[in-house]
Amino acid sequence: MRLDVETRKDFPILDRFVNGRRLVYLDSAASSQKPRSVIEAMTRYYETHHANVHRSIHTLGEEATELYELCRDRVQRFIGAPAREEVVLTRGTTDGISLIAETIGRTLQPGDDVIVTEIEHHSNLVPWQLVARAHGATMKAIPVRPDGTLDLEAFDRLLTDRTRVVTFAHVSNVLGTITPVAEICRRARAAGAFTVVDGAQAAPHLVIDVAALGCDFYAFSAHKMLGPTGIGVLYGRRAVLEQLEPGRGGSEMIKEVWIDHAQWNDLPWRFEPGTPPIAEAVGLTAAIEYLEKLTMPRVTDHEQALAQAAIGALAAIPNVRVYGPPAGVDRGAVVAFSVDGLHPHDVAALLDAEGVAVRAGHHCAQPLMRCLGTVGTTRASFSVYTSPDDVTVLAAAVAGLETAL
Amino acid sequence: MIGERTTPYSDVIRQRWRRPAFRGPLPGATAVAEDVNPLCGDRVRMEFILDDGLIAAARFVGDSCAICTASADIVAEKVLARSVPDALALTTHTLLEALDADIRPTRMRCVTLPLGVMQTALRTLAAKPAPEAGR
Repeated sequence: MRLDVETRKDFPILDRFVNGRRLVYLDSAASSQKPRSVIEAMTRYYETHHANVHRSIHTLGEEATELYELCRDRVQRFIGAPAREEVVLTRGTTDGISLIAETIGRTLQPGDDVIVTEIEHHSNLVPWQLVARAHGATMKAIPVRPDGTLDLEAFDRLLTDRTRVVTFAHVSNVLGTITPVAEICRRARAAGAFTVVDGAQAAPHLVIDVAALGCDFYAFSAHKMLGPTGIGVLYGRRAVLEQLEPGRGGSEMIKEVWIDHAQWNDLPWRFEPGTPPIAEAVGLTAAIEYLEKLTMPRVTDHEQALAQAAIGALAAIPNVRVYGPPAGVDRGAVVAFSVDGLHPHDVAALLDAEGVAVRAGHHCAQPLMRCLGTVGTTRASFSVYTSPDDVTVLAAAVAGLETAL
Repeated sequence: MIGERTTPYSDVIRQRWRRPAFRGPLPGATAVAEDVNPLCGDRVRMEFILDDGLIAAARFVGDSCAICTASADIVAEKVLARSVPDALALTTHTLLEALDADIRPTRMRCVTLPLGVMQTALRTLAAKPAPEAGR
């Protein structure tokens, strides 16, 4: 059975009507919708188990702790992490990247380099800019080529013994480009640099095996992969986590505290100060279990087919330009496009009048927009519940835009 | 299709988007400012020439959406032949009335960006001594 036929009944929000039309939700890359199992798991947690975790010596506290730590085990399995101690639960991708930027950032020296790419989301640029500026390090970017791929020859020229960090997206949130993570990590490690992967647009759509990718860090959010907002994951290779001083302090991350110093807790709690997002962890567990039941290869195939159908349908419309890798090349579950003579925000507003929800603007990737020579684009993105009919409705609505303004 | 349905855009917005009366650079401008809408990256620049304390010419330049373009066009039109204090008194409410559209909160910045840019440009002028401002 086609994936959307199997899953749509599980997503209550898809029954909604917007502006008198059936909701066609094509903004899953910004945030996916949630299946009933996630919503119910979180409600059940609050109604029957909630307490603070780890140090509450009572039944509810123990239940909450067990549920919270179960999320770590599910994440470990989902991303192929060799050990549960390598799974740090965060507030989201931005938080995970910021955490590791602040942590590694404290070890940067003047003259060190941080290598990013031109396709990065602001979330994987600005945290590094802050620490680079504070410690006198320099930001360098791997250029994007016209076909949306990264220029790895240029990367080789940028990589030196002063490169401390190479940080990049697994999947571009605009172009959908899937970057050669394992290759970039191999070259970076050979140069002695840490590798950080922004997996926000990959974890919801691809099989993730952090051990096979060979990265030091991998960050992603729950809310883009059918889970709740407010929680994410930072995978960190144990050998690297063990050598890093925590960048953030508070409760939970310590063993003993004195007035002027403290002894750090074991991994992974050393990097989880404060009360964590517990109900959200329960929701993330339910989301992972939902995806695992569908199986990730099926999810990838379904979304690839939708992306290819969208490229074909949109590119056939006069005055529409589609960005990213050409048709037939594997990409993430996003298709960005522009309509000649129309601003992307106007495109999105006009499509919304048809019940079609898309993203428009710079997609928090302004350096990439400058490379593309545009202020912004309109982006359709897909998830397990997106149907081929959704893509047909989108294409028909875009084809009707010429006379709309 | 979409053209047959109600859209978020009024006739005023459509007309000013298609044929803005005040778009384009203003050579010799004496008061200039520009700003960006952080939500979309749109950039609007407004340019003014003052003559004897009154705004003698007003133009805008920018790559922006229909609402923002219409708003900039209305701002330029409204401040024409007004004194700086009068122009600075222009409100969002007046712009919304002129746009004649039901602007949602997510698009309000599209309306207010040109207004803020105009105010920035003219405030720098207002802060200068009067003769210089009126030159």
